[in-house]
Amino acid sequence: MEILVCVKRVPDTAENEISVNSSGSDIERGDLVYSVNEWDNYAVEEAIQIRDKVGGSVTVVSVGDADSEEVLRREMAMGADKGILLSDSVFEGSDGNGIATVLKAEIEKGKYDLILTGTQADDGAGQVGGILAAMLDMPYASLVNRIEVIDDKKIKIGREIAGGNQEISEMDLPCVLSIQTGINEPRYVGIRGIRKVASVDIPVRGASDLGINPGSVGKAAAKVSRVDYFVPALGKGAELLEGSIEEKVEKLIELLKSKGGIK
Amino acid sequence: MALQIFAYILHKDGAVDDTALEMVAAAGKLDPAASLTAIVVGSKTDAVCNSLTSSYKEVWKIDNDALSYPNSEVIRGLLALVIPKGSVLLIAHEHFGMDLAPGLSVKLDGTYLPDAVAFDGIEGGKLKAVRQEFGGQVSAHVVCDISGGAVITIRAGAFRAAEAANAGGAVVDKTADALAGGLPGGARRFVEIVTAEVGDVDITKSEILVSVGRGICEQENIEIIRELAKAVGGDVSCSRPIVDAKWLEKSRQVGTSGQTVKPKVYMALGISGSFQHLGGIKGSPFMIAVNKNPKAPIFQVADIGVVEDLLEFVPMLTEKINELK
Repeated sequence: MEILVCVKRVPDTAENEISVNSSGSDIERGDLVYSVNEWDNYAVEEAIQIRDKVGGSVTVVSVGDADSEEVLRREMAMGADKGILLSDSVFEGSDGNGIATVLKAEIEKGKYDLILTGTQADDGAGQVGGILAAMLDMPYASLVNRIEVIDDKKIKIGREIAGGNQEISEMDLPCVLSIQTGINEPRYVGIRGIRKVASVDIPVRGASDLGINPGSVGKAAAKVSRVDYFVPALGKGAELLEGSIEEKVEKLIELLKSKGGIK
Repeated sequence: MALQIFAYILHKDGAVDDTALEMVAAAGKLDPAASLTAIVVGSKTDAVCNSLTSSYKEVWKIDNDALSYPNSEVIRGLLALVIPKGSVLLIAHEHFGMDLAPGLSVKLDGTYLPDAVAFDGIEGGKLKAVRQEFGGQVSAHVVCDISGGAVITIRAGAFRAAEAANAGGAVVDKTADALAGGLPGGARRFVEIVTAEVGDVDITKSEILVSVGRGICEQENIEIIRELAKAVGGDVSCSRPIVDAKWLEKSRQVGTSGQTVKPKVYMALGISGSFQHLGGIKGSPFMIAVNKNPKAPIFQVADIGVVEDLLEFVPMLTEKINELK
């Protein structure tokens, strides 16, 4: 099975406090740690497991700047066979449609049975997989938390729906799936693994290589664009306990007692 | 010219989802002069359609036995046939909406705006809206060109539900139009629903929940949460990353994709407070948040906040409570 996984380099929100810069034009990026988008990492692991079971290859692709090469290399160290970076200044400022347009151009150069994305990335939009599937005229499923290959024409998938329940469907290939976290346990990538792929060539393709009209992507074509970032003031917010850690413990115990929080 | 707005109605077992009235409010914020139409897709939907006529001027019904389970691949094809290009479709940003909406925007040649939490007016065909990014840590104003139509998903609970009014709406049967090309979406076939496994503890019945999130760092550390739960006489619950890591069973997960809980006291320990997590907490419990990140969104909704590392704070708290017993 030929599998393509779309990945994105994002600030690691689990490790970072995100704050807005003084003008609101961007978040403070100075001290941020970047990594592969968590959902995408699950997608790559799933692709590798499928390949190891039924054969084929796993290609990871990213739309981004030169720094995105490091996440492609990381996913290759995990076990992906090939990495492709789609990078061009005209891609900057793309909305979900623009990113999907770039990916579509690359996908149409190959022949993939299964195309995976993460459910969402740092902007929480959860849009590229669904848009891409519609552009490619392929079936789509979101929030996928189980994949079982039936044969080379169809797969069985589970989707995470409300209340911890799972919706099972059968799908024809080729198709696009957006992967939910928890579908597997992504393997650890050590420094040795990264070293092994350090010198592997990762081709970089721009708009002209992909046959993309620059006017159809990037800021010019974006129908959705960000004006600014701000920190919302929602309600009154929590009353923060002050003092030393011992004092906070004491205060919290009093509150718990009064609210029935200690039986 | 006033917008033509459609609202896709989620319903289950004959009951309309809460978001049906929230979308009436959202549509009012978009354009008070808009014409607003509800769309109901399913099988045996008469009761659902009729119940909507008090809030919607018009209710479109697409009803067929083959539509008894909402398969977004099928419904996307039907909607693409009946929704006029250039109009705006609203739908809740949950598992069905996320499945349906991005692709539908492509089929309708419209703009896709995901997970809007507020609307700030329209100027020259450009909608100003608010979204959240980075797990809710920051918000963003976005402008969205809706002049050629749009599909917009809205966050459940972000728009205060409109009061049930007396719209005196009419139900219009659009089934024939929608099915004119047959049943689309054959490449994805619904098989069954696998219901969640029942765990050893039913957290939906717990009065005190000691809930743990990513801040716990290591599986071994879960023990300090168990000890605190024991000290206060509560049950252990958790946020999604803990279940993803398989450190606790799925039946203990609080959130829209897990359990909906209604305790009296909720302790969120090392939980950032994503909207999916908060969506699983009902009944306004007394909420305590412990998180070392002072910007964690959980502090916006908690009653009491403690900015400390839970790995240090929780064992001290447990010890003190046990001393007092």
